[in-house]
Amino acid sequence: MIRDITIGQYYPAASKVHVLDPRVKIICTFLYLFSLFTFQNLMGYALAALFLAACVRLAKVPFRYIVRGLKPILVLLMITALFNLFLTPGGEILFTFWRLKVTDQGLRTAVYMTVRLIFLIMGASLMTLTTTPNALTDGLEKMLSPLNHIKVPVHEISMIMSIALRFIPILLEETDKIMKAQTARGADLESGNIIQKAKAMVPILVPLFVSAFRRANDLAMAMEARCYRGGEGRTKMKPLIYGRKDYIAYLVTVAYTAIAFWAGRYLPFHIWIF
Amino acid sequence: MSIKLDHVSYVYSEGTAYHKQALKNVSLEILQGQFVGVIGHTGSGKSTLIQHLNGLMKATEGTIYYNGENIYEKGYPLKELRSQVGLVFQYPEYQLFEADVFTDVCFGPKNQGLSAEECKERAKEALEMVGLKEKYYNRSPFELSGGQKRRAAIAGVLAMRPKVFILDEPTAGLDPKGRDEILDTIASLHRESDMTVVLVSHSMEDIARYVERIIVMNQGEVLFDDAPKKVFAHYRELERVGLAAPQVTYIMHGLKERGLSVSTDATLIEEAADEIMAAMKKERAE
Amino acid sequence: MDMIKADKLIFEYEKRDEEGNIVSKSRAVDEVDLDIKQGDFIAILGHNGSGKSTLAKHMNAILLPTDGVMWVDGKDTSREESLWDIRQSAGMVFQNPDNQIIATVVEEDVGFGPENLGAPTEEIWRRVEESLESVGMTAYRHHSPNKLSGGQKQRVAIAGVLAMRPKCIVLDEPTAMLDPNGRKEVLKSVMELRRRENITIILITHYMEEVVDADHVIVMDHGHIVMQGTPREIFSQVEELKRYRLDVPQVTLLADELRKRGLDIPAGILKKEELVNLLCR
Repeated sequence: MIRDITIGQYYPAASKVHVLDPRVKIICTFLYLFSLFTFQNLMGYALAALFLAACVRLAKVPFRYIVRGLKPILVLLMITALFNLFLTPGGEILFTFWRLKVTDQGLRTAVYMTVRLIFLIMGASLMTLTTTPNALTDGLEKMLSPLNHIKVPVHEISMIMSIALRFIPILLEETDKIMKAQTARGADLESGNIIQKAKAMVPILVPLFVSAFRRANDLAMAMEARCYRGGEGRTKMKPLIYGRKDYIAYLVTVAYTAIAFWAGRYLPFHIWIF
Repeated sequence: MSIKLDHVSYVYSEGTAYHKQALKNVSLEILQGQFVGVIGHTGSGKSTLIQHLNGLMKATEGTIYYNGENIYEKGYPLKELRSQVGLVFQYPEYQLFEADVFTDVCFGPKNQGLSAEECKERAKEALEMVGLKEKYYNRSPFELSGGQKRRAAIAGVLAMRPKVFILDEPTAGLDPKGRDEILDTIASLHRESDMTVVLVSHSMEDIARYVERIIVMNQGEVLFDDAPKKVFAHYRELERVGLAAPQVTYIMHGLKERGLSVSTDATLIEEAADEIMAAMKKERAE
Repeated sequence: MDMIKADKLIFEYEKRDEEGNIVSKSRAVDEVDLDIKQGDFIAILGHNGSGKSTLAKHMNAILLPTDGVMWVDGKDTSREESLWDIRQSAGMVFQNPDNQIIATVVEEDVGFGPENLGAPTEEIWRRVEESLESVGMTAYRHHSPNKLSGGQKQRVAIAGVLAMRPKCIVLDEPTAMLDPNGRKEVLKSVMELRRRENITIILITHYMEEVVDADHVIVMDHGHIVMQGTPREIFSQVEELKRYRLDVPQVTLLADELRKRGLDIPAGILKKEELVNLLCR
């Protein structure tokens, strides 16, 4: 189950999206997310779907990878949909279901909200699938570097982030192994009330923490052995310099956002109640 | 008593990109009291195989019988099975978590629902079996050496008094002396009790010295399942799947090719020396 | 010139109680003298806890001597101003393949060292490409380290050190956590390095098969150097090696056994072919 989380999982491919500057991908993703919240009719969503589909196609990431990112938030999606469906005030009643009334307003909000969330997650997944976590932190580091002037340790923060990303899969695997080992010793991790369950976690958490500290210690030593001494004087293997493709990507995304913003408000396109 | 696998297959993450068949149609039976070695390179399915033996992993196809009972039957006491079939994972010392060695070893028996008295008795017995001295009982696991930690962790499983004892590369990362001590301990456990022992290892030399039967895994399938000498006779095939026979086997084959009349099935130093001395004597006589 | 030289090197661990008072001291390295020439391939053998890893960590100034001196490429490791030069000229590969790879993509990890050294971008790329090539990992350059085998991870770690253009590479039990195939893979890379570049190699291990091709073997026990010599000289002392908890290869043991039983075989047989040839004269 833990393995299903796609955010932070890079999908290697040689595509036009992969080679973009991470800053472009971060800013464009935000523009896209912003556009999603401005729509008031179906046209906007149609354009957003088209744009996303085009980007996925261009990125050469299998569609199922992007969909998999939705699995962990499935419950959240359902709750959002149900709340909006039944609890949106006003509108014409479409049908009643036991004591709950579904109004056209409710149905509309529920569908819009759900689609919005789905697109949002898919957009963000596409960014993380096409950008190595390191590139992502590099991008953030460069974008946030003005904060250095007010004594924010931007380089250190981005280093911490990229190391965390590298070790998350390793620690997940390790958790799985420790759980199995303690189960083999008769540990019961599933039954019991909350307090019993919390107690049952001790045999897992203690070894996990010990291992995390050991790894941190080893890693620090390995980094020092390779002359790491903070961000000062450090050069970059992959320095961030905008190229032609990056400007084109900005242009396309800004154009999309503008058109979608306008169309989503003023270009009416309605089917039934939507 | 026995563990029987009947056409067992296991597929990881079915229907996703990580889809991988880790076990393919494995059928075998491990009898009470046997000392079995399981070999195979990393990713051959040997770890997956042993995790099926105590029900930690559930086969996607096929059935496993413990003493004739289907362990996948509804209501089968898996917890009971896990205390009968003890499994020591790779680098087991990384699972120690209590403040002192003794309490940690008590963890298994405690989970079996035994009284405090009984737990202590079993822990003591297990620690004695692995040869850890009493002065270490109250120490923190972190104060022990690598080999001692490994022993404490093994005792943690032994304290459950398993009928079948499975160890996944119990000597990984130890130095030669530490390795020999652990293997000798396991061998004497097997000798002195009626316990079935399943030993997973990369080292042909270790396996040759101790076990009576070898199961060779390759790409999720059983490649060979026979007595060590018979398995090592296939040394060319073993090489093809990324394994190797003990060095001695190669020497004996080398000698035979060069015309010395030795039998090639020796796997231990003494056996080989006997063989060579006899052949040399015969040659001289002629 | 001497690549690595130690003079009466001592390293003491202090054990403290809860109040921070020193309870006891133990010497992990005890008056060790070393003299390693540029281009040598040296193997250091010893069981766990013999002090070999502690000694290795001095060669990269991760640990500093309690007493005595360690010189790396002519520089005293205890002088702070030469710290980064020392770490650049003596690279280090560690035991655990997972805990020394920093980046999430193979090539970025290899670039980590040169980045720290402040090399210009084009230079970093050139070094990354060369280093990956020399350990045969070019095909995996865009992969995530998590998807590699143990042996492949270690080769990436070696490439990461090579990219710093060191004069000397210290491998601290690089094969201890690997399976036999991984071990072979890593050793092959090391031998390849030795053949192609005039780089000093210091291999620390407890597997004796791995040291057969070394120029010089050093055996450590209790922080002392207890044996040194060519592999053949070392391997001919089977009983002594066993006393130092080392694992003598089966060929050597068999040759020794046959000699004891009266066959005319010289001591210190290293390879299977050698023994077969001797017996079939």
